[in-house]
Amino acid sequence: MQAYVIRRLLALIPTLFFASVIVFVTVRMIPGDVIDLMLSQNDIAASKMGREQLEKALGFDTPMWIQYGKWIGSILLHGDFGKSLWQNTPVGEYLTQRLPITFELGLMALIVGLLVAIPIGVYSAVRQDTPGDYVARSFSILMLAVPSFWLGTMVMVFPSIWWGWSPEIKFVPFSENPLQNLSQMIIPAIILGCSLSAITMRLTRTMMLEVLRQDYIRTAWAKGANEKLVVSRHALRNALIPVVTLIGLQAPLLIGGAVIMEKIFVIPGMGLLLLDAVSQRDYPVITGVFLIVGVAVMMINLVVDLSYGLLDPKVRYR
Amino acid sequence: MATVADPAVTARAPRRPRSPVLHFIFRLFREKPLGAAGAVVFVLFLFCGIFADVLAPYGMNQIAPLKRLRPPSLDFPFGTDNLGRDMLSRCLYGAQLSVIIGFCGAGLATVFSTLIGIVSGYLGGRFDLVLQRFVDAWMSFPALIVLIVVVSVVGPGMPQIIATLGLLFGIGGSRIIRSAVVSVRENMYVHAAQSTGASTFRVLWRHILPNVLPPVIVLFTTNVGGVILAESGLAFLGLGVPPPAPTWGGLLSDSGRTYMLQGPWLALAPGLCLTVVVYATNMFGDALRDLLDPRMRGSR
Repeated sequence: MQAYVIRRLLALIPTLFFASVIVFVTVRMIPGDVIDLMLSQNDIAASKMGREQLEKALGFDTPMWIQYGKWIGSILLHGDFGKSLWQNTPVGEYLTQRLPITFELGLMALIVGLLVAIPIGVYSAVRQDTPGDYVARSFSILMLAVPSFWLGTMVMVFPSIWWGWSPEIKFVPFSENPLQNLSQMIIPAIILGCSLSAITMRLTRTMMLEVLRQDYIRTAWAKGANEKLVVSRHALRNALIPVVTLIGLQAPLLIGGAVIMEKIFVIPGMGLLLLDAVSQRDYPVITGVFLIVGVAVMMINLVVDLSYGLLDPKVRYR
Repeated sequence: MATVADPAVTARAPRRPRSPVLHFIFRLFREKPLGAAGAVVFVLFLFCGIFADVLAPYGMNQIAPLKRLRPPSLDFPFGTDNLGRDMLSRCLYGAQLSVIIGFCGAGLATVFSTLIGIVSGYLGGRFDLVLQRFVDAWMSFPALIVLIVVVSVVGPGMPQIIATLGLLFGIGGSRIIRSAVVSVRENMYVHAAQSTGASTFRVLWRHILPNVLPPVIVLFTTNVGGVILAESGLAFLGLGVPPPAPTWGGLLSDSGRTYMLQGPWLALAPGLCLTVVVYATNMFGDALRDLLDPRMRGSR
């Protein structure tokens, strides 16, 4: 297990390095000078500063590799992501404010997704090829195709037409009023969770079907265990191991989906921060959010992989 | 695309005089009815996109101020928007944009995936190891976030969006091609070609590429749906192809969200189009995968 953890951590280093390069290069090397664009379009930041000041603020006055070194150095050593061009606030401050909100939304969506996916997936496998199975599978394929932003819009439109109900727009932090906060977050979480549940449901079903054909399941049946016991104690435990990996694979989808939900339901998380920064071309904020999101996904995957090692003895002793 | 299935199909049924394309379509309808239905919708979508100019009863941006916000009727099957523009026509032109973005984006992505996958999988070794760490890093960024950031730098516009989507889906999909290449690489005929002194390029082009074509085709089909969905997400956030171009995502966010209470059909129509097309593409892609490349089953 220890060797596995070390190997996994070592593999993370190059990946993190590449991620930081991707973030850095994407914002800087794209054809068309950012500063020209900002000046020509009379951006808010551009109107406040001159060309040289802008170059300095963005660090464009030095060669690329020095810029990269400075940028990554100040993040690693001081946790300094630079300052917002627009409000002169440190980007790190924004990130610490917004990250927990997106994290909460993502976590709730994940829980909703699993609560929907696993029971239906298990049911679908245990009652394979029954009408119930077909309904469940059609639902899951449909959820793969329905765009979450459309579903979100529909939730805004129809309840308000039919019952005059619309979701609360003013955001309440969890620390202020947990109950109201949760009631605000639950609808976007359900929408996001449902669209994620499709893949999980399919995987749970496939894995359950595979496990249910194993010899030890036949043994469990033969010794007279009832269905509930066979399914929950013997089959589900083993079938769920690969589902854990899926959580890691879904992390990028979860964060991408959170951006859209935050936009529709006006939740001030990372997504809204990014969209606001994009509309103001606030590059330090954009870079900061971009990097943090990538690193967050990698960390989630790390945790998933390590817990996978704990769950699956085959990985543990390899 | 069915010509690719040619060797396998004719090998299984050598005496059948039917053309391989027809035979493949026959198999699709017989073995995968849902996939075949998806294929029909997919073709219909293509048709609508290509002939949008002919099919649309009104112009893309033809304004009729007196007929604004009309609910669906015989004259306007999808209703009209806040400027009196016919939603059916706009959805049809939206299909055109989706076809262009979907096919160009997915095509570009498939080319990238194939290039990266083949080179990385065939060369292996340290090169592969480093490249795969790069792919790891790339894949930990949510597609939508990368799109938002890139568009914020290059500005919104069709070519940029297609190029970004191509790169985005291309690098992600290269894993699938790479794993196919890794298994093909160990075949006898590859070793035979290598030992007769064939150049790396020749081995890749003549021996590896033809044998990984099934996953390449499947990847393309699944990418079309993914690309269309990603573009609409971007358009929904107001960062897609700029208005008045009627992309489905854009329709949903512009008139759809602003006038959703006065005209709920404005939000309904583009979303339905999107769902139906993506659903059909997914079904078609799944069926193709099962028929062409059973190894990939359950990989998504």
